[in-house]
Amino acid sequence: MATGANEIEFAGIQFFGKMSASISHEIKNVLAVINENAGLLEDICFMADGGKPVDISRLKKIAVDVKDQVRRADRIVTVMNRFAHSADEPSTETDLGELTALLRLLAMRFAAMHGVAIETLAPPVPVRVTTSPFGLLNLLWICLDCAMTATGSGKMVELVAEKTTEGGLVRFRKFEQPGAASVADIALGKLSALPRMLNATVAADSTKTELVVRLHQSPQF
Amino acid sequence: MRVLLVDDELELVTTLAERLELRGIATEWAISAEEALRRVETSTFDIAVLDVKIPKVDGIKLKKRLQGKCPGMKFIFVTGHGSTRDFETGASEVGADYYLVKPLSIENLIAKIKEALQR
Repeated sequence: MATGANEIEFAGIQFFGKMSASISHEIKNVLAVINENAGLLEDICFMADGGKPVDISRLKKIAVDVKDQVRRADRIVTVMNRFAHSADEPSTETDLGELTALLRLLAMRFAAMHGVAIETLAPPVPVRVTTSPFGLLNLLWICLDCAMTATGSGKMVELVAEKTTEGGLVRFRKFEQPGAASVADIALGKLSALPRMLNATVAADSTKTELVVRLHQSPQF
Repeated sequence: MRVLLVDDELELVTTLAERLELRGIATEWAISAEEALRRVETSTFDIAVLDVKIPKVDGIKLKKRLQGKCPGMKFIFVTGHGSTRDFETGASEVGADYYLVKPLSIENLIAKIKEALQR
């Protein structure tokens, strides 16, 4: 049990670190664009000092571009904030649709690096389970990371949350057969204590074309 | 001197290209590895400034492919990592000429470009 708890703790720290690094990288890109726009304003001012007429439309475009980057940074930081707050409670009622949507936002940069598209389908009714939001995000991320690697560039992974009699589930689908089975093996091989802690199972469905994370209520804390 | 900028951030490469052009440095840009490889088919470049993380192919692999088409081209890698030290080890293993951290100082970039071309 001690070994499993250490494994879960370290996986959680790694997950938090990986997401933090990705978010900081995105923010660096935003700062780089704002920096270049500021530099371009300086260049235009320098040329104006030298008598070159100022193109007002160019200045307006720079202002629009900077505002766009500020909005982009705000979206990035909002996602970061939601992710950080997922660790607030060890166990709480969690909306699976919202959690998979958050996972998609966290994973977008990684998906772009893989050349993979991630889509989420909103469930027709909210699917709520009592679980560790951070722990579940961690497990879903491990599965998604494996799925993106398995499906290959130019492909898509679709995430769907569904209600079940026992609680709920998240399907990873639309990646190539027999990818699902091997992804499940890889995901579980990476960390088996986490699904146990969450009272969850990770397995390919009977057709081997989908990976299913199934949650049963009352996780073991 | 002709520079190729490669980064998947469109606003970054277009603005940086504009600023380099204002300084008399002929510049083209690409936002993907495929586009970069197309550029070198039609133009000759003295140096490429590459983001080390580009979708679908990392900058180091792209460098090798660009070098195959343009053997004399020099390379500067750009990273969003925290510091150049975090990045240096991997870059030096594949013979990167220089590496810079975002956000860039254009004066520093131009100085590195000139230094690289003189080597």
